[in-house]
Amino acid sequence: MSQLYNDTVLDHFLNPRNAGDLPEPGAVGLAAQPNCGDSLRLSLAIQGGRIVQARFRAFGCPAAIASSSMATELIRGRTLAEARRFTNEEVVAALGGLPPGKENCSVLAAQALRSALEDYDRRQARSGSDCDPRPVRVEPMMLDSVAPNHAPDLF
Amino acid sequence: MRQIYFDHQSATPVLPEVIEAMRPFFAASFGNPASRHRHGLLAREALEKARAQVGAFLRAESPEEIIFTGDATEAANLAVKGTALARRRHGGHLVVSQIEHSSVLASAEFLEARGLACTRVGVDAEGMIDPGRVQEALREETVLIAVHHVNHEIGVLEPVAKIGALAREQGVPFYVDADAGAGWFPLDVREMGAGLLSFSPQRFGGPKGVGVLYQNRRAPLAPLLHGGPQENGRRAGVENVPAIVGAGVAVEIAGREMARRRAHCARLQERLWDGLRAGIPGIKLNGPAPGPARQPGNLNFSVEFIEGESQMLLCDMQGIAVASGSACAGSGGKSSHVLEALGLPAALARGNLILSLGPTNTAEEVDCFLAAFPKIVAKLRGLSPTWEEFQRGLTRPVVEPVEAGRTS
Repeated sequence: MSQLYNDTVLDHFLNPRNAGDLPEPGAVGLAAQPNCGDSLRLSLAIQGGRIVQARFRAFGCPAAIASSSMATELIRGRTLAEARRFTNEEVVAALGGLPPGKENCSVLAAQALRSALEDYDRRQARSGSDCDPRPVRVEPMMLDSVAPNHAPDLF
Repeated sequence: MRQIYFDHQSATPVLPEVIEAMRPFFAASFGNPASRHRHGLLAREALEKARAQVGAFLRAESPEEIIFTGDATEAANLAVKGTALARRRHGGHLVVSQIEHSSVLASAEFLEARGLACTRVGVDAEGMIDPGRVQEALREETVLIAVHHVNHEIGVLEPVAKIGALAREQGVPFYVDADAGAGWFPLDVREMGAGLLSFSPQRFGGPKGVGVLYQNRRAPLAPLLHGGPQENGRRAGVENVPAIVGAGVAVEIAGREMARRRAHCARLQERLWDGLRAGIPGIKLNGPAPGPARQPGNLNFSVEFIEGESQMLLCDMQGIAVASGSACAGSGGKSSHVLEALGLPAALARGNLILSLGPTNTAEEVDCFLAAFPKIVAKLRGLSPTWEEFQRGLTRPVVEPVEAGRTS
């Protein structure tokens, strides 16, 4: 079948990884594209100076959703210093490219990560400590209050 | 996978009778209508037969008033720019509606960049143009009024006969872009008071590669394509004979079938909208309610908290072809100028979907869509930050009231 997006992008759009929110995030980042209205919320769990978990919610086109999903996969396990160097080009490359003109739809992910790291820095400054302010609860997952992530009979 | 096609506004399958009529003109009767030998004369005969068929379809006074072009966009360009060029001594002001097709609006912009002025008349919340506002926009130097018959995105029928009457009264040429209504409604250029009218038969079973511009004998028009004497000097270039033959057959069939097409699609349209309204909270119809003010094949709606292209792709993954007026164009994010003109909030404009039905669609296909679509909405809302905020009571919906029966 002819398709606009490659298989990797389609897979991340149809089966988004790490969708939702962390129940007690160590940092939350928000990003929005003022010109098209796309928005992304990214929540991070940070332990020992490393991103141990990332979750996202996105309003946007397939490229924006797939980029957000891929970004949460890419940043997990990275140190904060590494995460600060993260770019949307990395997302596009990991997705195997986006259709011409759609590369811009991936910038939300990098913006939301930057916003989350700023949030983390603010929280750290407030708590005045290197330690994480709260323990990170890893399980259970968080989607029970909203629609199922994907209807099993659908895909 | 089962395929359901709900995008007849973009393209329609060419009718078998049309294909059969076209077939001889590719290889057997391949002549150039300008040639004086038998091959050419045969092609010319076919061309003139199609011209007569289209002339009758529009109730033109004479087939000579029909110009064949490459498509509807070329016809619109010729109407707008050709009139402005022909009437440049009279003045340099155009009146168009805000929700015209881009072929008309972009032609107007082209002329504006070259010193002409253009007034874009606004519309009401359902997309209706007020003839009184068209009248107010007229100036001494107005050379053309351009208003479409039916809007291509929201299916609203405009009061073209009223606007045509006032144009005649004021002595201003009136151009009707009839592309989204052709094949659905009888087109009578005299009743509409149209000096110019255009459409493309590919919207109703004709082939691509041909457009029609009706030009009243008294409507001034300068050609945009220069070269040979084709189309009476109004459009140079060898005619696309097979497509033109197909156009003639398509309009003849449309003339016979359009009442049945309308009735059939109106039933499906109602079934679709009733089903969507009942099954999905936070959905808004764009344009007039199904009924006499709306083209029966068209349904345009916005689903709040989710984006249009994502809905479109998930539909496509299910084998259902639909369109979005606000498909993400990447950088810049193109939103529909039509929805903008209706005053629709940006978030709703982004969640836009357009379904356009055709005569071969069935009630069963509609039900199939109605079964699949709520799951698509639920999946995307499950990912949406704004939906989650709404669920937690942090934001108010734009579409109110959000009816009972939340999808999750």
